[in-house]
Amino acid sequence: MTNLEKYVKAFTDSFEISEDQVSALEYQSIVQWDSVGHMSLIAAIEDAFGIMMDTDDIIDFSSFEKGKEILKKYNVVIE
Amino acid sequence: MVNYEEILNMPPYSLDKSKKHEFLTEQLSILTRHHYYNCPEYRKIIDAFGFDVNCIKSYCDIPFLPVRLFKEYDLLSVPREDVVKTMTSSGTTGQKVSKIYLDKETSSNQTKTLVKIVSSYIGAKRLPMIVIDTSAVLKDRNMFSARGAGILGFSVFARDRIFALDENMELDIDGLVQFLRKYEGEDILLFGFTYMIWQHFYNKLKELDLSLDLSRGVMIHGGGWKKLQEHAISPAGFKEALHHVCGINRVYDYYGMVEQTGTVYIECECGHLHSSVFSDVIIRRSSDFGIAETGEKGIIEVVSVLPKSYPGHVLLTEDEGIIIGEDDCSCGRKGKYFRITGRINNAEIRGCSDTYADRFK
Repeated sequence: MTNLEKYVKAFTDSFEISEDQVSALEYQSIVQWDSVGHMSLIAAIEDAFGIMMDTDDIIDFSSFEKGKEILKKYNVVIE
Repeated sequence: MVNYEEILNMPPYSLDKSKKHEFLTEQLSILTRHHYYNCPEYRKIIDAFGFDVNCIKSYCDIPFLPVRLFKEYDLLSVPREDVVKTMTSSGTTGQKVSKIYLDKETSSNQTKTLVKIVSSYIGAKRLPMIVIDTSAVLKDRNMFSARGAGILGFSVFARDRIFALDENMELDIDGLVQFLRKYEGEDILLFGFTYMIWQHFYNKLKELDLSLDLSRGVMIHGGGWKKLQEHAISPAGFKEALHHVCGINRVYDYYGMVEQTGTVYIECECGHLHSSVFSDVIIRRSSDFGIAETGEKGIIEVVSVLPKSYPGHVLLTEDEGIIIGEDDCSCGRKGKYFRITGRINNAEIRGCSDTYADRFK
């Protein structure tokens, strides 16, 4: 799987949504992505890439796009 | 408007008395005007006081709302469709609960502030976390009780999390032992409500004569002392007892309320609750609501720069306390430090820990 595929899968698995829904996602734009959903998403992403994010980055992880930017800090490039 | 991005970059205990006074007066004046123009009920109250929102000399002069008002009225300063989360206070059955309406911005600032304050105590590194509660409190995702919100808020500091109690509030000893084995030699974060920790963690370990090694543990607990005071357990006695059953050395109490989530007051190494730059406590005399002297007991008013989606930036609580000092605590943190002495007479029981304890009567 490519990084992008892994990244998308973390969203689709955590929120039980289809792939075509993920790119426009923002925190709290769907009911599943609330504060509880957020922690499951973070856990899924961390597992997928074998990383551990800092608390500040978890807080800043506010959209599908923003997440890509944050993951660069952990040497995870999503293209 | 309040520039939260800039504000939240300030170190949490960095301003001395005069700088903090200037900062809070500026920010809380902006918020007072925001609520005045966006919340019709708030405007009525302020007008009834004859208070001029355009001429605020000190944040101490801004009229406070009693926390009880959030039980009686739906108070919000944003359009209802912008509300993403409604928080409710803890309350025993039959009590009315407060409803606090959060939009995206306020909700996110609450989390950011909590992270700022707590990480200044425990560091930015995420830790394995033991929640001394049951996962059942998180079941209803749409209506967060204060208890669930506390657990969720602190979960951002966790990298792996277990709940120490099952849904019958029984301690999961096997789960705990396994978890501790997995993270042997590492710092571990423990979070829970004071009375539940006492009743279901401490008492159980004592009863079973079991000792766990939590010498690397950092415990953060809150939610009210009333029930433990009835059992004549002091904060020092609480720490000592816990140290005895699990070797834990770092136990911090916190004071906070659902009406001002995010701006918590955490106990320092010297045993004092501290106010961060994002909020403050003012002690009011019950006779005339004038400001009490340092060392004088009175009703606690809390102010916070976070509440923007609801007019909860200046509130009178139903707790009593004493300011111990300001800027000169030996832990080095700037700002006021204080302690809680109890609830005002006839106030409802409402800490997370106390409302829970009430069910055991």
